[in-house]
Amino acid sequence: MVNKCSKSDFAFKTLESRLCTDALSEEADRNQKEPQVMCQEGRSPVFLQSERFGGTLMKKIVELKNISKSFDGETVLDNINLDIYDNEFLTLLGPSGCGKTTTLRIIGGFEHPDQGDVIFMGERINDMPPHKRNVNTVFQKYAMFPHLNVFENIAFPLRERRVPKKTIEEKVHEMLSMVMLNGFDHRRVTSLSGGQQQRVAIARALIGQPKVLLLDEPLGALDLKLRKDMQQELKKIQKATGITFIFVTHDQEEALTMSDTIVVMSQGRIQQIGTPQDIYNEPKNAFVADFIGESNILDGTMLKDLMVRFSGTTFQCVDKGFAPQEPVDVVVRPEDVDIVAPEKGMLRGVVTSVTFIGVHYEVIVDIGGFKWMIQTTDYVGEGEYIGLYIEPDAIHIMKKSEYSGLYGDYSSFSNELDELSEPGEESEDYE
Amino acid sequence: MKTTSRIYTALVFIFLFAPIAILLVFSFNESKSLSVFGGFSIKWYRELLHDEATLESVRNTLLLAVSAMVISTVMGTAAAVGIQKLRSKWLRTALSTATDIPMTNPDIITGISLMLMFVFVGRLFGLANSLSFWTMLIAHVTFCLPYVILQVLPRLRQMDPSLPEAAQDLGCPPLRAFFKVVLPEIRPGIVTGAIMAFTLSLDDFVISYFTSGAGFQTLPVRIYNMTKKTVTPKMYALATIIFFVILALLLISNLTDQNKKKPNQ
Amino acid sequence: MTGSGKMRRVVLAPYSLWALLFILVPLCFVAYYAFTDNSFAFTFDNILRFFTATSEVEGKQVYTYLLIFWRSLKLAVISTVICFLLGYPLAYFMARSSERRQKVMMTLIMIPMWMNFLIRTYAWMTILQDTGILNSALSAIGIGKLHIIGTESAVVIGMVYDYLPYMVLPIYSVMAKMDVKLLEAARDLGCNGMGVLKRVILPLSLPGVLSGVTMVLIPSVSTFYISQKLGNGKFFLIGDAIEGQYVANNLHFAAAMAFILMVILLVVMALMKRFTNKRVYGGGDSF
Repeated sequence: MVNKCSKSDFAFKTLESRLCTDALSEEADRNQKEPQVMCQEGRSPVFLQSERFGGTLMKKIVELKNISKSFDGETVLDNINLDIYDNEFLTLLGPSGCGKTTTLRIIGGFEHPDQGDVIFMGERINDMPPHKRNVNTVFQKYAMFPHLNVFENIAFPLRERRVPKKTIEEKVHEMLSMVMLNGFDHRRVTSLSGGQQQRVAIARALIGQPKVLLLDEPLGALDLKLRKDMQQELKKIQKATGITFIFVTHDQEEALTMSDTIVVMSQGRIQQIGTPQDIYNEPKNAFVADFIGESNILDGTMLKDLMVRFSGTTFQCVDKGFAPQEPVDVVVRPEDVDIVAPEKGMLRGVVTSVTFIGVHYEVIVDIGGFKWMIQTTDYVGEGEYIGLYIEPDAIHIMKKSEYSGLYGDYSSFSNELDELSEPGEESEDYE
Repeated sequence: MKTTSRIYTALVFIFLFAPIAILLVFSFNESKSLSVFGGFSIKWYRELLHDEATLESVRNTLLLAVSAMVISTVMGTAAAVGIQKLRSKWLRTALSTATDIPMTNPDIITGISLMLMFVFVGRLFGLANSLSFWTMLIAHVTFCLPYVILQVLPRLRQMDPSLPEAAQDLGCPPLRAFFKVVLPEIRPGIVTGAIMAFTLSLDDFVISYFTSGAGFQTLPVRIYNMTKKTVTPKMYALATIIFFVILALLLISNLTDQNKKKPNQ
Repeated sequence: MTGSGKMRRVVLAPYSLWALLFILVPLCFVAYYAFTDNSFAFTFDNILRFFTATSEVEGKQVYTYLLIFWRSLKLAVISTVICFLLGYPLAYFMARSSERRQKVMMTLIMIPMWMNFLIRTYAWMTILQDTGILNSALSAIGIGKLHIIGTESAVVIGMVYDYLPYMVLPIYSVMAKMDVKLLEAARDLGCNGMGVLKRVILPLSLPGVLSGVTMVLIPSVSTFYISQKLGNGKFFLIGDAIEGQYVANNLHFAAAMAFILMVILLVVMALMKRFTNKRVYGGGDSF
């Protein structure tokens, strides 16, 4: 498959910037006031591209090799192979029960793989208990120690190492100012808001200067506005400290916004590893295409290189390397479809619903029984007969997979509801 | 409505406290009668202080209650921690059932069953009388344990399971993580459990009755033996003292409760 | 987790062993003694004796132990019903009064529980005696004497007195947790006072009532002190029978009666548990 720079690439960027703009302006102010305290010697705070994307050669920090894990006979992880690099912001993304939290807990030392090896900086650490690992975790519900105040919570790892009092005080204050909680030392953690607890949890996990920070859906409990701010702040902290972040979430927007690398997981298996752009533009299979963003996924047949047939029409495309007549899954992102007059359209159908969602309209069009979703800024009326125009580079071809056919059209359009009813994954992987 | 409920409540409390009032009054009776007041005197209190057997039974009771409390609190807390982590459903049900037994079985059956075992095992070792302080201690720990477990377990449930993990994550070995993070969280449950164990042991008559030997008598068993014969106001004097001790303890605990609440609001 | 798996076993082992040795094994001993004679040979005699032994009461042949058991059950049920009727309104009033008052009343309920019940029961004896305080008071105001001591009523009074707190506390704790908004909602939806009680408060307090009922029924069915003192020893209950055989060192028959009592109570409890599980949310295990 060829790398394409299509409209969807642009669309992705708008999506990202849409998520960030409000936070960014505030960010700029903060940056001026705040010294970059966590910069460590010899480590550049600048983001470096990792090896797998052909960038600078980077050191592998964590390697998972053939990891499998099951609970009570139920397979949770099925042969996971993953390299995580120094300085990387890596996100494990997937629906609840996909094994992402278990993966995180295996790296943290809270679960042990049934099979496979966990390698940390070249050393096999399968049997190393959590307290000996140079890895810290920000837990889902923060796991603040309720009997200790803010200062003592953050100082906890240092006290454990018998660091001199004076150093502890300095370090804790350094951390407090990094997370912008100056003067909160003696507050009870139970009196803090969710966002503040979150910051304490991050400070507590970072004060021991781990090589890797694990974050288990840390933003899940925050409200939307706060979440967006924290996303930016986390990203900033990661860049400033140069610590590898492994972040678990089921929120694809969050993953796209923050990550250098996204690992999409489903049913205990890794579906795709790549940059946010890769994952969005070049989904490997129907699952990834459906999980990330909106997509119309159709059954198609690859006639020959650069030529695909679906919805009863033959299209030019930019993919090649498939067998002639090979059945494939075709993805077309809703924002890559243009609405044109019926006679100019490659496909024709009737508009069944139009929803205004702010930046654009979401239009559902029935084409031969398949309900397409199209995002457009042009208004069309319900019941109107319209044509669709699709550029060759807007068409992405995927090999058939076990997920083919699972994700249909938008006839029962309930994505928003799905997201709302997504459980917080509180019980995932516990019992 | 309000007055009816007040009158009703008052009547029930009169019913509950009538015998206590009677024994308070008659403990100061000059005469030996328990129903005719013959003038004020504290001679029964003086006599009580010279009743060596009773005083010894008080000491025995306290010794037993403290021992039973300590053992059942430590073992029960450990058990609760273990049960909380238990993944096997089968074991959980088995333990839950076993724990229910001493609480739902009548005391007389718990007492008889332990007594039969002690006697049988004692006979195996050729002991004529196997019942002693130790058999009573075993019995008391046995019936106190479930109460401790059921006090600690909900506290463990309420606790965020990632707390001990967080402590380990931040460099604490597992055992120290328990003491530094889990224990402070479940302390209220442990304290309540310990108090319950102590008072249950202090007050138990039926199980003690079946498992006590001739050499070791607790206060309730002693009182039982005393009420078999004619009772003098001396026993009422004893009850009066118990009443005031309990009253004092309850007041103190209420006051400290209030003091604790104030600074935190 | 291997590490914590080991720890789990270490912390759970002492209690598991203890429960096995001192809860389960002793119960096996009850069964063992119940089905053996003095030389520990297997026999049904002890059990049969419970069901068949007869004696002459007021010129009539009666089944001695069946009669005793029937009486225990009857008095225990009566006491439990009275405890419920007395205790339920009290728990309700307690739960609805001010926080301060609730605390005071809780303390008042607990004090008798923590005082030795033998002495308190004995005090009732001096109240109820023919020449006791109650009768002196009654004759002082011109009402004739009542003969109470040594009757079934005296035993019931003793049971109600001793076990009333065990009925009040569980009901109270359920009611105290009950959301006042529920009652308001019921009113809002058109229930009158009685309707709120019948359709909201009573069903919601059912778990408390059931645990109160067990906590009163079980000790009153198996008591032996109350009947000895307040029944003047005339009203033998099953507890008295067991204790009597124990004192007479007739351990096998004592075990047989304990065994039968246990089995019957087990059946009753199982039925009640099923009832609870069906009617009240899931109940089930105490863990």
